Amino acid sequence: MNTRTTTPIFSRLNEIVGNPNVIADPAQLAAYEIDGLRPSAVARPGSSGEVAEVVKFAASEKLAIVPMGAGTKLGIGMPPRQYDIALEMERLDHVVAYDPGDLTLGVEPGIPLRRLEGVLAGHRQFLPLLVPFMNQGTVGGTIASGADSSLRQLYGTARDFVLGMEFVTGEGELVKSGGHVVKNVSGYDIHKLMIGALGTLGVITRINFRTFPLPAETRTFVTAFNGVDGACEFRDAIANSHLRAQSVEILGAGQGNPLPGGESLWDLVGDGEWSVVISVTGNRPVLERYHRDMEALARRADGNLLESFGELSEADQETVAAYIREFAGTASGQISPTAIFKISTLPGGLAALADGLVSCAEKPDIPWSMMMRGVGIAYFKMIAADGTAESLRRLKEACNRVFRGSEESDGGRAVLLTCPAEFKSEINVWGKESGELPLMKGLKKVFDPGNVLAPGRFVGGI
Amino acid sequence: MTGGWTATIVPEDAAAGDCAGVAPCRLISMDPRLLHDLKKVLGAGGVLHKPEDLLLYEYDGSVEVARPDCVVFPRTTADVVEIVRLAKKNRVPIVGRGAGTGLSGGALARHGGIIVSFARMNRIVKVDVENQRAVVQPGVVNADLSLAVAHAGLHFAPDPSSQKACTIGGNVSENSGGPHTLAYGVTTNHVVGLEVVLPSGELVRLGGTTPDSPGYDLTGLFVGSEGTFGLLTEIIVKLTRLPEAVKTLLAIYDSIKDATETVAEITARGITPAACEMMDGWTIRAVEDYVHAGFPLDAAAVLLIDVDGLREVTEAEALEVADVCRTHHAREVRVARDADERELLWKGRKNAFGAAGRFAPSYYTQDGVIPRTKLPATLRRIAEIGQKYGLQIGNVFHAGDGNLHPIILFDERNEKQFRDTVRAADEIIEFCIQMGGTITGEHGVGMEKDRLMPLLFSDADLDLMKRVHDVFNPDSLLNPGKIFPNSKGCGEIYVRPKATPSAPTA
Repeated sequence: MNTRTTTPIFSRLNEIVGNPNVIADPAQLAAYEIDGLRPSAVARPGSSGEVAEVVKFAASEKLAIVPMGAGTKLGIGMPPRQYDIALEMERLDHVVAYDPGDLTLGVEPGIPLRRLEGVLAGHRQFLPLLVPFMNQGTVGGTIASGADSSLRQLYGTARDFVLGMEFVTGEGELVKSGGHVVKNVSGYDIHKLMIGALGTLGVITRINFRTFPLPAETRTFVTAFNGVDGACEFRDAIANSHLRAQSVEILGAGQGNPLPGGESLWDLVGDGEWSVVISVTGNRPVLERYHRDMEALARRADGNLLESFGELSEADQETVAAYIREFAGTASGQISPTAIFKISTLPGGLAALADGLVSCAEKPDIPWSMMMRGVGIAYFKMIAADGTAESLRRLKEACNRVFRGSEESDGGRAVLLTCPAEFKSEINVWGKESGELPLMKGLKKVFDPGNVLAPGRFVGGI
Repeated sequence: MTGGWTATIVPEDAAAGDCAGVAPCRLISMDPRLLHDLKKVLGAGGVLHKPEDLLLYEYDGSVEVARPDCVVFPRTTADVVEIVRLAKKNRVPIVGRGAGTGLSGGALARHGGIIVSFARMNRIVKVDVENQRAVVQPGVVNADLSLAVAHAGLHFAPDPSSQKACTIGGNVSENSGGPHTLAYGVTTNHVVGLEVVLPSGELVRLGGTTPDSPGYDLTGLFVGSEGTFGLLTEIIVKLTRLPEAVKTLLAIYDSIKDATETVAEITARGITPAACEMMDGWTIRAVEDYVHAGFPLDAAAVLLIDVDGLREVTEAEALEVADVCRTHHAREVRVARDADERELLWKGRKNAFGAAGRFAPSYYTQDGVIPRTKLPATLRRIAEIGQKYGLQIGNVFHAGDGNLHPIILFDERNEKQFRDTVRAADEIIEFCIQMGGTITGEHGVGMEKDRLMPLLFSDADLDLMKRVHDVFNPDSLLNPGKIFPNSKGCGEIYVRPKATPSAPTA
């Protein structure tokens, strides 16, 4: 976008959101870049009405908007085809309705996750969103990016506990779906489309959740295995028992743990190649039962390292939980080029998937680490040794191998969540297209006929 | 067209700008050629069209009536594709139907046309115990799936009261709930993938067996779309492990207020029972007379509460729940001694509607939802509304999630009483909305609550829903006349079809 058109954008945005809430200074705009693309302006709306006005203006001028919260996950998806206005939602940060007695909550999208956590903790409640960028991220960005959490083992994902939403369509209409009660079948569940849509269908202005009572106590168990098969066997044994863990994660790392501070973590979770981390909740007698039964199940699994089963101290529990929570995010300022895949499969396919992924990284000699959720999700991280052309080439080769592998297998669908921006000219980060794409494109046309909202970032060029 | 068959769909009022809904269509007559073509695909035994055969298909579990022109019984996905192609070519409406137990008219042919019964597509295609998944055809009966996987310690968690008859296809279409959805979630939380025939005749797969398919959550959108997006031909569901232990408590109260306040406090204390159901005094007596489960005849209300999970969890939770009940003046808290006793109590609850039906020629059930803290006020209001119209209203409902089912008894031969019943029902729903609630928690909008949608949604909301509908079903070929307020602004808000077997479709 050149300066000739920038001036009218700036003045109209000023009219809508007020002078202090528009940024057009090129130096400041650098912080809003997506895959190297810089917007012409940033608008920080203070109400859903202002959001609607900005979108209407953009639609009439054929400008493109990318809605964002704290901007921690803008690398997800393909680069936008056009990017004129960054719509920063952090001023819409209010708790609109919280009824602890009903376990329901309505919030604006810009509220930081940590602040909301505090509000809920005041009533001994929480949302099962232990997601990457927990310390910076907003609720809206978390929902719009479709981030999942280790707690999905017990609580499901956002689609299971978002009750309704309000959002502004690409035509600037403020609409809603769902409601504010825990059970509701009135009208289509349109809000489910917004989860993980990267803002391509609408700008979320309110999200209603069901909240959950905080458990009395939490315990974390770890145990190590000589091979991934044994770790998965242990997962299966838990799934086949009556035990209801709130999270079950299988962790692995090749060629030494490539993560900063990773060595100390590996001390905590055992020296086997693979570790299983389980978190459980409840009162004392239940926790004792969990300890006993989990240990017995672990020992029966193949390749379990004796004496490796243990319960973490409260402080270590925090460290391990943070590692798991932040695994799929890349710390800002990460120096080495990183690729992170999210691959879904059936739980019974996890061991084979892990083997396949490891071979993708080991051939081009890329350090890797992996976190697999017991429900059948694998996060696979590969880090190039340095920024040289050769190491980037090898990283890209490994990425292509992962995609090829997932296309050949019947279960797993791979998405490349994070990668160096330059890969995106050759790699479609969304993986292979599905037969659902025509319907998805049809929906995009309904919600955003002018392609105002984050055009090009989503699957199939949506 | 002249002669033969002129299956013309005439949009009634399609141009009316203030009718935000789907343009309703009416079938003018039935073409013998279409019948012939359907029989060619399905065999003579796969098509019903004689008036006496169609009678059964005029009804579902609601008070609505609508006559189809024929009913067809596909056996395969290919049959369904052929049926849809023929319907599309002839521009005849099609309506999918499971067991017809729905409570909102979802499976009725409001504007005539073809009912596609999935009674013969009732195969459990695959059970994957290791991954806790099953692939089923839409006609599989809900309870049959749970029965089929019980040997592996699994079940299909959504458990509508009609689970011994209702089908999983119907559950998916309506996003059905049930008593135990309080802890386990409703149908949508247990569906991961679908195979669907769109009204265009195209076969598409949404979602899959694995979690988190990339792209928009079309599976989540489809569940609960009340048969207006496509015909289901296969459903991939999650199976849930049966709990190690279950305890069923029956708390008996001398006042409804105490029972409702108990529910509010159980929620506030952070206890999530597997189920928390309430029946009022009238319903208790109706049920006891029918199932002899030992419900106290003189009680004002009972709560039926399940806690489940690990033994240690259920022990502790049962004690705490009993404590809350007593704090709120339960005069007695009984704990079922064994599985038989538990089953008997639940049989009472699940047959409450049947029991109520023995006291009047007809009953009308509502499905509003309110925030749980508003239960005491709402039950008070329902009693006032009953008194105002001189109507008997029983209450049996999912108290734990605030999903009410007031049962209004009436005699449809009494015109005034019928109108009063509808007015009373509307007043109850309006109160639910005022309390921050919604018009339907698990039964669906269908052709029963379509006119109430504008109370909840703006024109812009409904317009977007309509355009989403059109992405799947642009010509309203599939299940026309549902969900959207057809008669909005047309002065017909309180006119409902009369419940007589020979009622005309219009």
